Amino acid sequence: MATTTKKSAFWQGFRVGLPFTLVVSPFAMIFGVLATEAGLNVYETLLFSVAVIAGAAQLTALQLMNENAPTVIVLASALAVNLRMAMYSASLTPYLGPAPLWQRVFIAYFLVDQSYACSLAKYEEEPQLTVPQRVAYFFGTVTPVCPMWYIFTLVGALVGNQIPDSWALDFAVPIAFLALIVPMMRTAAHVVAALVAIAVAIIANGLPFNLGLMVAGLAGMMVGARVELWLRAQGKWT
Amino acid sequence: MNSGFDPVTTWVVIIGLGLGSFGLRFVFLGLVGDRAMPEWVLRHLRYTAVAILPALVAPLVLWPAATEGELDPPRLAAAAATVAVGWITRNVFAAIGAGAGTLYGMLYLLG
Repeated sequence: MATTTKKSAFWQGFRVGLPFTLVVSPFAMIFGVLATEAGLNVYETLLFSVAVIAGAAQLTALQLMNENAPTVIVLASALAVNLRMAMYSASLTPYLGPAPLWQRVFIAYFLVDQSYACSLAKYEEEPQLTVPQRVAYFFGTVTPVCPMWYIFTLVGALVGNQIPDSWALDFAVPIAFLALIVPMMRTAAHVVAALVAIAVAIIANGLPFNLGLMVAGLAGMMVGARVELWLRAQGKWT
Repeated sequence: MNSGFDPVTTWVVIIGLGLGSFGLRFVFLGLVGDRAMPEWVLRHLRYTAVAILPALVAPLVLWPAATEGELDPPRLAAAAATVAVGWITRNVFAAIGAGAGTLYGMLYLLG
């Protein structure tokens, strides 16, 4: 599409981002409900979502706060879950690096799984896009998604305390996480990393300060990286 | 669940996680530019999410707080159904639906 303007790039991004509201809204609502059940008030819950916009990290932090883990461990674990954002940032830099600094500040704030995946696909497919068109497309993908994250966190926070125990919402976090993790198992290295992390987490469950999580995470990462190297040496890496 | 956290802890977590997450998102776009990261760092970063998240979930599945840490067949079955359907369909929604359906079905059947 050689005739792409900034405005049409924005709306193209908007249309691609739109279906993701269906994914994001229920997650935001689960977070809102669980955060208020855990004892955060409505403002704290909403501010949490506005400050962080990352469901998996928010739920990780909440879970560890519930287990009375030390604050350092809460932050380290949740940020570890968010390390992939640094990879997204690195991977978009060749396309968006020349944009003005203030735009890159907003792009960084709105860098989430959905905006990253949609934007990178578009940039690779249409390398002739100008930097302003790329920026417009990025903000297009974000526009339907991120407001829903805030709004449905608020909805969840407002209805949270009215939900009875028999709904077994305690298990919403494991189910949501498992559903997120499984599609990430793209290679044998990912699968082995996950299995090693699970095994170590179970063995190290008794460690104080939830250190078992950090140990298990590191073990999984190291084994995953090793398996990747091995697969590459075998010529089986795709 | 408990009745609430110390407000200072809550705010430290919210602000710390907000700033930290922004830092991770901004580090390359804003600061590093297009200088390349060492390959071994990238190789480990690729496995952070798939290692940390399962490690977080495994104890929750095996020893749920709602049953005071007792192994719970409905929750185990729900976790298994989520993974199986997620694996086959590669669809987050289908996986959540299967997990929730199995959990409620089993809780209902087992009273």
